[in-house]
Amino acid sequence: MSALLEIAGVETFYGNIQALRGVDVSVEKGEIVTLIGANGAGKSTLLMTLCGSPQARSGQITFDGVDITRKPTFEIIRMGIAQSPEGRRIFARMTVMENLMMGGTTADPAHFDADLEKVFTLFPRLKERQGQRGGTLSGGEQQMLAIGRALMSRPRLLLLDEPSLGLAPLVVKQIFEAIKQINQEEGMSILLVEQNAFHALRLADRGYVLVNGAITLAGTGRELLARPEVRAAYLEGGH
Amino acid sequence: MATHVRTAEGSLDLPAILKDCLMTGLVVFALAAPIIGLRTIDTPGGLGIDYRFDDVAFAVLAGIVGRFLLNLYWAYGGRRRPKAKTEEIAGGRAGAFMKKVGLYGGPAAILFAIAMPMLPFADRYTLDVAILVLTYIMLGWGLNIVVGLAGLLDLGYVAFYAVGAYSYALIAAHFDWSFWVCLPLAGLFAAFFGVILGFPVLRLRGDYLAIVTLGFGEIIRVVLLNWYEFTGGPDGVSGVPRPSLFGLEFARSSSDGPTFHQFFGLEFSSLHRIVFLYYVILALALITNFVTLRLRKLPIGRAWEALREDEIACRSLGINPTNTKLTAFAIGAMFGGFAGSFFATRQGFISPESFTFIESAVILAIVVLGGMGSQIGVVIAAIFLIGGTEVFRDLEQYRMLAFGGAMVLIMIWKPRGLLAHREPTLRLPPSRKPEAAPLAGGAS
Repeated sequence: MSALLEIAGVETFYGNIQALRGVDVSVEKGEIVTLIGANGAGKSTLLMTLCGSPQARSGQITFDGVDITRKPTFEIIRMGIAQSPEGRRIFARMTVMENLMMGGTTADPAHFDADLEKVFTLFPRLKERQGQRGGTLSGGEQQMLAIGRALMSRPRLLLLDEPSLGLAPLVVKQIFEAIKQINQEEGMSILLVEQNAFHALRLADRGYVLVNGAITLAGTGRELLARPEVRAAYLEGGH
Repeated sequence: MATHVRTAEGSLDLPAILKDCLMTGLVVFALAAPIIGLRTIDTPGGLGIDYRFDDVAFAVLAGIVGRFLLNLYWAYGGRRRPKAKTEEIAGGRAGAFMKKVGLYGGPAAILFAIAMPMLPFADRYTLDVAILVLTYIMLGWGLNIVVGLAGLLDLGYVAFYAVGAYSYALIAAHFDWSFWVCLPLAGLFAAFFGVILGFPVLRLRGDYLAIVTLGFGEIIRVVLLNWYEFTGGPDGVSGVPRPSLFGLEFARSSSDGPTFHQFFGLEFSSLHRIVFLYYVILALALITNFVTLRLRKLPIGRAWEALREDEIACRSLGINPTNTKLTAFAIGAMFGGFAGSFFATRQGFISPESFTFIESAVILAIVVLGGMGSQIGVVIAAIFLIGGTEVFRDLEQYRMLAFGGAMVLIMIWKPRGLLAHREPTLRLPPSRKPEAAPLAGGAS
């Protein structure tokens, strides 16, 4: 019984600069795994490497038993991985509806209406705003749209890159509740990258701490929350 | 610059205005002294210089007075200098306006275009200008797919225009095939060249892409110029056959069968051919528009627009950017090719002279001035740029000055093009006022 996603000894370089130094991460079916770390630790790089852009120089990434290390990005995505990218990257001049339609590019059009309904149930706000241009949404709404857009491709693994970035605490809470809901109701496997360690670890089944491109700690979310070095580095000064 | 045309009390700040006007005069003088003030003339001993100080003085005076009036307008007209931001906010109103224009303006314009040759003012000259304008509208619509929708800045669009023109001219010269057989072939050839260009430039973006396409446009022109045995080099290809209507030629008499006027029992008129050409280009242009509007509503069209908005997000959604860009290039090039073969059949003679960089620049200017991605914008900009330069022919040497000045004015008032509003690809039923969601996140 192998994990849904297995990252083994992955090393990624930007030119001559090594961003990831042999990272091992796995995600089982139906679990939320959180990756926390400071700025520049390589969190986003790991998600990007997972999607084949940039490709890992060494190591292996297997998704559902298939080696995807050297596949082009669009093929990896079509295997059932969806990403809500860092900075949300909404199509600003296109409407909310068009953004969601773009999310469904790789999915079977027969499921479109049902999937749309699911996203609208999860984020009623998007339904109100469906004719509005993406660029005119607030930060929180844009994040909802980014997650909804990713969900429209009916993924088996959802990658979320810093969904709480730049959002007000109340909105962050909503986003995390939605993530929890996606996981519990759909059984969706989620790999969550966060700086907001407190929220993320409380939500996660398991977590990893990434420091300077290498995993320094791993454990269940509760274990990590209790670790003094995690508390000192990521949670001191309140949350 | 005089940002305070009024003092705090609300009265005119005369010294500031005067200073502003003086500055303007200085700028005009600096520009006008060499451009207007010096004029080279032929003298018996070679090239001489003629000084025209009175003209310079007039230009400076005109600049100062104009600036003064502009200042008065700002002070009393109630409207401050236009800000680009307001346009974004007024999106809703502009949207409603555009809906009306699209609903009534489009069909009305098409009806007018169809009826145009029958109207009393349609003489030979008017029709020629109309054909020219329509050719550029079609080219603008073709380039709009690449630049406006897919967001790929193409400075060498004229290459596809040239490929289309030469494919028709050469095929017709060598195989004696008719215009209607060669037209699709020319489109295919141009699309093929679009793919050839697409492959090397796919990894480039923005400025770099523009430079490579610029180079490609020049390469095509230089090849046409130097491949003497095949293209005739600078001599061009002459005697390009005219199109026929179901085999009916537009000539006084023909050796193979009746001509158009004989068949319909009309008096021979050279205007018949012009009117026919007018309808051909009108149909071609409308097909271009129709196909573009359809494509926009299909997944591929949405993918183009998404690619323009954010390439990384597109990749994260499983879109293959390579294929998406290639189709945009190929389809845009195909319409350029159609327009090219029409150009060849209308002129009857083509040479590399017709396919210089300035053509690419004018087509791009039409797309940008019209508002990238806007179909109606392209029409307005083409009428303005192409028709306008024809109308202003009487201005002689000041024609390009008027042309440039008008472009500057448009870019000041409408920095994102005449019609910058983007129509959504699908209409939604008006949503009911939703009940307030308890945790609706409007913050941040």
